[in-house]
Amino acid sequence: MGSPNFDVQYLAELARIGITPEEIQTFQVQLANVLEHVGKLKEVELAEVEPTAHSIPIYNVFREDVPTGSLERGLALSNAPRQGQNLFLVTKVVE
Amino acid sequence: MKSDYIGTIGLEVHVQLRTRTKMFCGCAVEFGGEPNIHICPVCLGLPGALPVMNLEALKMTALTGLILNCQIAPICNFDRKNYFYPDMPKNYQISQYDLPLCLAGEVPLHNLAYPKDAQRNIRNPGKRVHLVRIHLEEDVAKSFHFESSTGIDFNRAGTPLMEIVSEPEIESPEEAFAYLTSLRQALVYAGVSDADMEKGQLRCDCNVSVRRSSEKKFGTKIELKNLNSISGVRRALAFEIDRQIEVIEQGGTLQQETRRWDDDLGQTVLMRIKESAHDYRYFPDPDLLPVQTEIFMDEVRGRVPELPWEKRERFMKQYGISEYDAGVLADDTALAAYFESAAAGARRPKTIANYVLNDLLSALGTTGESIADCKIPTKYFRQLADFVEEGKISGKQAKEVFSAMFLSGKDPASIIEEKGLRQESDLDALEQLCRQVIEANAKSVEDFKAGKGAAINFLKGQVMKLSKGKANPNLINGILTKLLG
Repeated sequence: MGSPNFDVQYLAELARIGITPEEIQTFQVQLANVLEHVGKLKEVELAEVEPTAHSIPIYNVFREDVPTGSLERGLALSNAPRQGQNLFLVTKVVE
Repeated sequence: MKSDYIGTIGLEVHVQLRTRTKMFCGCAVEFGGEPNIHICPVCLGLPGALPVMNLEALKMTALTGLILNCQIAPICNFDRKNYFYPDMPKNYQISQYDLPLCLAGEVPLHNLAYPKDAQRNIRNPGKRVHLVRIHLEEDVAKSFHFESSTGIDFNRAGTPLMEIVSEPEIESPEEAFAYLTSLRQALVYAGVSDADMEKGQLRCDCNVSVRRSSEKKFGTKIELKNLNSISGVRRALAFEIDRQIEVIEQGGTLQQETRRWDDDLGQTVLMRIKESAHDYRYFPDPDLLPVQTEIFMDEVRGRVPELPWEKRERFMKQYGISEYDAGVLADDTALAAYFESAAAGARRPKTIANYVLNDLLSALGTTGESIADCKIPTKYFRQLADFVEEGKISGKQAKEVFSAMFLSGKDPASIIEEKGLRQESDLDALEQLCRQVIEANAKSVEDFKAGKGAAINFLKGQVMKLSKGKANPNLINGILTKLLG
């Protein structure tokens, strides 16, 4: 079963994921099922419920503007596949 | 701009906030240092790391909102803006989408905020440019492009960045210049940013279109990037508006695109064509909880400073100085504070303003120093101006004293003493000098009596010469007139 509500090919492009035509077929059906399941929420009566900006009723979690230290550079860079001149090196990108 | 065309400009301004630490982690904010020394699991986007908001950055943004007359949202929230670029290791930037901290607001364009050559011909005096919103987000890393790779320094990644979005209400490059100048000044006054465009502390993207004045519909919007100074913005917009009009006049069509300003070539160059609207798949960041702004707004309201336009008004009223002088003083908070300290209790504050704006600024300009380097205590400045007002020294002598004071930081009384500069203001002594001159210059006296008013200037010059420049010129005129009358 397909859904006209979304375009799997477009979603894959946005997420930078390469998928085959067969996978598109599979995901179209699977994602439609997921949406249908989540769609049950539409049945809930919400007229009396105030909208919230988050799923849990907690607000205002802050930190003070005080430096707490950073990673030692060598350690931070040790995780990088490529490094040079104390920079993280990646495939050349030019906008 | 051709008169039958209308330019439409909207500006997006990004401002680096002057916090000590990053937006969502405790790494220090420091620019221009060794690469990758202020990084941690949060700003590197390592799995499992959780962001926590910097309260000070929220307060600074709210303060900016207050001084620009914005509505402060009762609740604001952070969202993820998804995109793929190595300057953001999480593959999303934390920003604010549908619940920004500040809404609406305005930036007043003061006459002196316009470029100097455009101040005589301001099309919309007193204009206020309305804002869409101000929101808070995190800055991205700095990229360095090499021959075959790109290097990333994450020191800047995650530092707080405030985005101020204007309505498309700016009509000319000169208005854009005035908008940025006024905005920058307000930010510096509020102490939220140093807002130096050349240092990247204030960055500006322009959206610009043109249309024939007979058309209602906006023309095709083109985005300009790589603008590194306020005057560069003006030049880029002037070029781009002319270019767009030229294309339309030639019967061509414009396409939505992003162009890069090349300040050396003095032209905009195509960067990329906008094929489709970006889909950033914004959604609320589940790692961050919403903010109820009211809990810190009392403190923020207490931080609202006197604003540049308020200071200008007050200076004019309180010290009796011109709008122009008040504008130049208010331009620089340090200079304004110096002036106020010197003017406190002075006989004539306007004299102080003259010395500060002319002699002091030009002396600082010559040595390449700033007002912070000035060796002259403000009370010496006041003493110097008072000596002039009291007639103890002449304006010309005051300049000499000023130069010595500027170099040595010594007090004016000692300098006057050392140089023997006292001005003669004793009426009897001056009358004596005048009598001598009148006796020695019978011809000029005759001329004067015959109605040649200018002859008195010659006599006055002779008195000055006789006194070796020490006679008080303001008194001589009266004495001569009396003696010749």
